[in-house]
Amino acid sequence: MTTPMTPLAISACTVTSALGRGLAAQHGALLHGGSGLRPNDFGSAPRLGWIGRVDGVEAIALPATLADWDCRNNRLAWLGLQQDGFLDRVHAARARHGARRVALLLGTSTASIGATEEAYRRLDADGRFPADLRRPALHAPDSLSAFAAAALGLDGPCLTVSTACSSSAKVFASAARLLALGLADAAVVGGVDSLCDNVLFGFNALELISPSACRPFDAARDGISIGEAAGFALLERVEAAPRAPRLLGYGEASDAWHMSSPHPDGHGAELALDAALARAGLDAARVDYVNLHGTASRQNDAMEAALVARRFPATTRASSTKGFTGHTLGAAGIVEATIALQAIEHGCVPGNLGAATPDPDCGPQFAWQGESRRVDVALSNSFGFGGNNACLVFGRAP
Amino acid sequence: MTPMYLHVEGIGLWSPRLADFAALRALLAGDTPAVPTAPTAVLLPANERRRAPESVRLAVEVAGQALAMSGRDPATLACVFASGHGDQAITDAICTTLARAPAELSPTRFHHSVHNAPAGYWTIATGCRAPSSAVCAGAYTFGAALLEAAAQAQAEQRPVLLVYSDMAGRGPLLEMTGCGRSFGCSLLLAPGASATPLAQLRLEASADHAASTPPPATLADEADGQPAGAALALLASLAGCGRRCRLALATALDLLIDMEPAA
Repeated sequence: MTTPMTPLAISACTVTSALGRGLAAQHGALLHGGSGLRPNDFGSAPRLGWIGRVDGVEAIALPATLADWDCRNNRLAWLGLQQDGFLDRVHAARARHGARRVALLLGTSTASIGATEEAYRRLDADGRFPADLRRPALHAPDSLSAFAAAALGLDGPCLTVSTACSSSAKVFASAARLLALGLADAAVVGGVDSLCDNVLFGFNALELISPSACRPFDAARDGISIGEAAGFALLERVEAAPRAPRLLGYGEASDAWHMSSPHPDGHGAELALDAALARAGLDAARVDYVNLHGTASRQNDAMEAALVARRFPATTRASSTKGFTGHTLGAAGIVEATIALQAIEHGCVPGNLGAATPDPDCGPQFAWQGESRRVDVALSNSFGFGGNNACLVFGRAP
Repeated sequence: MTPMYLHVEGIGLWSPRLADFAALRALLAGDTPAVPTAPTAVLLPANERRRAPESVRLAVEVAGQALAMSGRDPATLACVFASGHGDQAITDAICTTLARAPAELSPTRFHHSVHNAPAGYWTIATGCRAPSSAVCAGAYTFGAALLEAAAQAQAEQRPVLLVYSDMAGRGPLLEMTGCGRSFGCSLLLAPGASATPLAQLRLEASADHAASTPPPATLADEADGQPAGAALALLASLAGCGRRCRLALATALDLLIDMEPAA
């Protein structure tokens, strides 16, 4: 049986996506309905759908001491860490608790595989990686966390969670367990995924990419738009930041169904929801806003619309924000966690951008347009390949 | 921190010369165990076994061994799958295709490339709807994954199946990973009272960092060039070689493990 957890303070957070750099850029775009999606102009995959690309990643220079980590994913991570004073907040937490007492738990689906792809495009005459890319730490699935640990000077427990599109939601669960057991006093959580040929051509091969900007929960939705993003949050015990918003609960569950499509009845998603609500000690009716996974794939949105319709009253508002950011894959959990936190902070529910003709299976919970209203409790859903589901509950400090 | 006390209810193992934990015990006792066949992953339905990549068959094989020892119901058993390098053969194949003819990328190969492919296959094959995860931490993968699994078992008071595996790399990527041998192992960890304990572990994160317990010299082949060394040191302890193990957890942290064999 899942028992209530001790809430944790989210004492700082930040996000960088196609909507811009930092929380204010995201809030402004969500408020004014401006999508960050554009026709694909990335890499070897021109004209393959629309993408949520972060402007200026190519121009980011890592500090000289971190130069060996240079690649698109780590540039995006570094860009993200600079926003909203997040680096200073981590340094302060490190000074307060000690570098070995701050855990680092990051989610990513493909880490820096873009650098590995480039090495294969530029193999030398002997069939080896080109000399400038012979950097083993870059060609490993933990490269993001290893880079971030070096960049932040953290020496605590360090782990990469890579469960596809639920990765950077599940890191909140891992952090909550480490803090509950006294294995750390604070945790930096988050995730980064960046555009690369692997995901663009991979989702294209699965026929999951929309030829136009994605339309979550539209009756005629026809696939996802892939995006990239970096987001981070600092978790501490509530005594460290009593006024900060809180992580109230988390839930994780598996579908036991299929490698690349969700269970049609949403069994795993609902188990994750149940566990998250049980840890928060809340009924579904207490939830003011649900940020949906809402990828705009036929199957995900059908499953999730039915889940919302059967579990929440009409007073609960729900929307997908993938029409703004694209599907940022392993970073989606942290991006949408910051959106849920902004809904609480600013009292605004983002509209479900991109659905011109709502799917008739969607219930009255859907916020098709942005709404101004008080939000005390906000949920975020994240579901990944392999039937890997996570749900997070955030709340206002009492 | 307060130490964590967990029972080991199952142990799985596969390497090119060790079919299971019993073979490891035999090897450490001076015997020469029979060379195993490729991992069979009997828990996968036959059609899935044909379709599953080698990395998945290896992980499912060792996971199934620990599960069988424990007698637990997999449907409600949380699991943490760890791999330092992921499926190197698939990464090699995908990057080769992307360099030559990206539009020819196979959809099956793509969905097999996710780090949680073994967790996905496992949960589907066993009907598991419990939490499942897929993690990595470079050279610290085993220690960090053990902490993740142990913390989940302790904080949520539920048994957790920890599975670590890395396969032999190939292609140009191999020079970067330096991992040329396959190895997998698993531990089923349970808090509280246990019906079938093999050993009890006391785990504590130390505030310092010292030399890790090395695996026995006879296991040097298994530990070659991959984050398996830490796992082998612990497995050797479980097989009776020493009661205390120090494993690297992160760049400046270790995990100290004391064990008591079951009475």
